Amino acid sequence: MKNPLVVTGLVVSLVLAGGVSYYASSDPDGLEKVAGDVGFLDSAKESAVEDGPLAGYGVAGVDNERISGGLAGVIGVASTAAVSFGLFYALRRFKKDKL
Amino acid sequence: MHIPDGFIDIPTSTAFAAVAAVGVAASLKGAARSLDEKTAPLAGLTATFIFAVQMLNFPVAAGTSGHLLGGALAAILVGPYVATLSLTVVLLLQALLFADGGLTALGLSVFNMSLLGVWAGYGAFLLARKVLPKNKVSITAGAFFAGLVSVPVAALGFVLQYAIGANATFSLTTVFTAMFGTHVLIGIGEGIITGLSVSAVMASRPDLVFGYRGTKKNLEIREVQK
Repeated sequence: MKNPLVVTGLVVSLVLAGGVSYYASSDPDGLEKVAGDVGFLDSAKESAVEDGPLAGYGVAGVDNERISGGLAGVIGVASTAAVSFGLFYALRRFKKDKL
Repeated sequence: MHIPDGFIDIPTSTAFAAVAAVGVAASLKGAARSLDEKTAPLAGLTATFIFAVQMLNFPVAAGTSGHLLGGALAAILVGPYVATLSLTVVLLLQALLFADGGLTALGLSVFNMSLLGVWAGYGAFLLARKVLPKNKVSITAGAFFAGLVSVPVAALGFVLQYAIGANATFSLTTVFTAMFGTHVLIGIGEGIITGLSVSAVMASRPDLVFGYRGTKKNLEIREVQK
């Protein structure tokens, strides 16, 4: 992977998810706001993984909000990179095998 | 726009999950045809970047925020099939690891964001590319337009799901008006981020941009035919 674009992009992703995300708006997003305004927000049920170690973009047991959220962001970026690069390289290989 | 469990009933969620699965399966096939040595890393980067930027909620109106969905961005950078897979990977990890969006509602969200958002964005981009002059600025302008269109279309997906299987009984017109209005505003932010991101890639590696490569290839073919 000698592509400088990919390396730069991954570093930018880490900085955004690990650091900049602390400054993101914590207001409800569009759907959540609409659900609250219209009145169906309370029909929402807890996710089955609501008590997971990373639920809500924080690391369970880490009290410092900046570190907890930043760490969750870094773990998310690493997981997404692992799964997506794995998937796309596998698909590329699949194509090669078929030809 | 990650739908929590409980908003939409289980039969409707299951039906949309089935449709989403068919769309993802078709995308696996399409992606296998289009991915090569050069585009596979960009595809991985696109998914990763979208995960990161989805964490950055920006304020849109009093007490409301929005964040990038990324469907249009991914479709322009890596093509609609790979884009659907990228968004699906992001949504899957968000639901499983971060409890962002419900698990039974995952098919609903994949339908709205990985299919509707991607294809509406891609369609809008192709339209813009056809109408605008053939240059790099048009690619950025088209990316803005694609981002802008993709968000309200994805929001209409939720309105459709609400109409079919909401557990609540509030009027559909109210839900439609509120969802559409709010998401047009969020769409402006989506358009700006999509335009900036596409122009950043265009500045360094235009040869990798799916939505730009298409135009160049046609020109090459014409030259050969002469």
